[in-house]
Amino acid sequence: MTERERMALHRGLATWGERLVPLADFRRAAAAAGRDLSPEERAAALRAATAVLPDTTPVEGPWSRIAVCGGIYNNHLGLAALLDDAARRGAEAVYCLGDLGGFGPSPEKVWPLLLQGDVRTIQGNYEESLASGREDCNCGYTDPRDNHFAAVSYGYTARHASADFKAWMGRLPMRRRVRVGERELLLVHGSPRRINEFLFASTAPVPFLETLLDRNACDALLCTHTGLHWHRRLPSGRDVVNVGVIGRPANDGTTAVWYALLDARPGGGLAVELVPLAYDHPALAAEMRREGLPEEFVETILTGWWTTCLEILPARERALSRY
Amino acid sequence: MNTLATEQLPTPGTAPGVELRALDTLWFQVAGTVCNLACTHCFVSCSPTNHTHEMLSLAAVERSLAEATALGVREVYFTGGEPFLNPEMEAILAATLKVAPATVLTNGLLLSPERAARLAALAAGSEYSLDLRVSLDGWDAESNDPIRGAGTFDRILAGVRNLAAAGLNPVLTVTDVCREASSDAGKERFFALLRGIGIDRPRLKVLPVFQIGAEAERAGAYESWQRLRAGETPEDGWDHLQCSACRMVTDQGVWVCPILVNEPAARMGSTLADALGPFALDHPACWTCHVYGVSCKT
Repeated sequence: MTERERMALHRGLATWGERLVPLADFRRAAAAAGRDLSPEERAAALRAATAVLPDTTPVEGPWSRIAVCGGIYNNHLGLAALLDDAARRGAEAVYCLGDLGGFGPSPEKVWPLLLQGDVRTIQGNYEESLASGREDCNCGYTDPRDNHFAAVSYGYTARHASADFKAWMGRLPMRRRVRVGERELLLVHGSPRRINEFLFASTAPVPFLETLLDRNACDALLCTHTGLHWHRRLPSGRDVVNVGVIGRPANDGTTAVWYALLDARPGGGLAVELVPLAYDHPALAAEMRREGLPEEFVETILTGWWTTCLEILPARERALSRY
Repeated sequence: MNTLATEQLPTPGTAPGVELRALDTLWFQVAGTVCNLACTHCFVSCSPTNHTHEMLSLAAVERSLAEATALGVREVYFTGGEPFLNPEMEAILAATLKVAPATVLTNGLLLSPERAARLAALAAGSEYSLDLRVSLDGWDAESNDPIRGAGTFDRILAGVRNLAAAGLNPVLTVTDVCREASSDAGKERFFALLRGIGIDRPRLKVLPVFQIGAEAERAGAYESWQRLRAGETPEDGWDHLQCSACRMVTDQGVWVCPILVNEPAARMGSTLADALGPFALDHPACWTCHVYGVSCKT
């Protein structure tokens, strides 16, 4: 068949599977398929699709000021700096949203700092994977290069974290609910739906977030997992905060890492501050080299630019990236 | 002519059903089935003369967007046919990017430097991501043009170049019709092609073919064993299937997914609210999605 013949094939006809049928036949069959609901049934279907999900997580607090950090990635120097900074700023409690390991050196050094600092931690995909003996970090990469470096990073942490530390990780809760002033905050790793769901600023639109907060009945949602911090105040007055990570810089050409401070406001509001944190990053880089970790990881610590796992970045975030 | 897919349907009620867990992804058949190409592997047999589905107006898209917004939609995809044949496409994108990230699946032929610049401005003006996905079926004219049409390889690459020059980095979409595409060596050839035209962060998506529409004529339809049956539900459920979190809007109503718009039985209702119920996986294309882990998403 010539291209011209092929193009003329559908004139006045419809494709129904592999058949060509008169257009009217297809449209009649399509119109008869499915079922249109009554206005009452439609309203009920919408209610069911956006109904509040059951959740028996106990509520902690109330606090008037807390510090919340994301992935630590074995950066014990960053964690020590965070504990000092949070105390200096008067945080009454420190929370961590998981991903204690990966990327950085000497996994076991983070554990005593978490215990001494009374850091209230939840599981990230790293803890879930390490505690259950998974072969990989379940980060969800598809690019072969990203998967190579994810495997190096996970393998190193899996070999160097003790069985006791891993068992402790497995006992951490998957989420926490925390009261700050009059606001109830839901703390998760990726999203309330999935431990490894990415919530980036450019792909977490307002309607999606409003529904997520409706379904999970909270005034603010705090998450990490992407490595990039952002805050969005929703039209409903609620907040979504990706607290970023203290394990590596935020792909912005500076060596600072980021965490969040949440403050109760008089009158019931919530103040959100994203805080850049300096720490002894040359010392971390030196320790990473001693441990034989990839030079690509060290470069990120020293330059502030990500060199690996860039595939996960949406178009907007990727456009701001050096690599 | 091949055996009808619809005549191979198993006994009603024997296929496993998939619940919609959330409306994350909203698809629009924005150009209907009208295309300026007639690719030999097109699973919806799009062509300049296929009006099975007609183009969507800006007003129709806005109605469904409003409905999807109330359902917490996360991202919006546009396909066809060729989306940029729709005279309102850029206005539709502008309206969409006010509420959600957007992706356009295009054949790349209508991406002039002027249009690329306007798309880049739309992307820069939104807090949400805009992605363009450009289809190509080979590393050169010899492999691509027999599938997509004479002269298309050069014209597609010109479109990609125009996007890159405007600061947009499209995702190249290749199907398994290009035999080596899914191998690491094959991917590297596409990456090299993109680097050769100045794209230093090449992006690629490889899709399997669906043996329906024009592709069934080209390479053969499904066999009767290529079916999902009751009792085959995986332990972790059907969350890997896109239909567990998407719906497709065409001018004919709301359909379960982007693949089955030429199957009347896959139409679920007139509005999104009508289409929130479960869907029975009783089409052979559902088998492809399950076995190959397909998602039409980027």
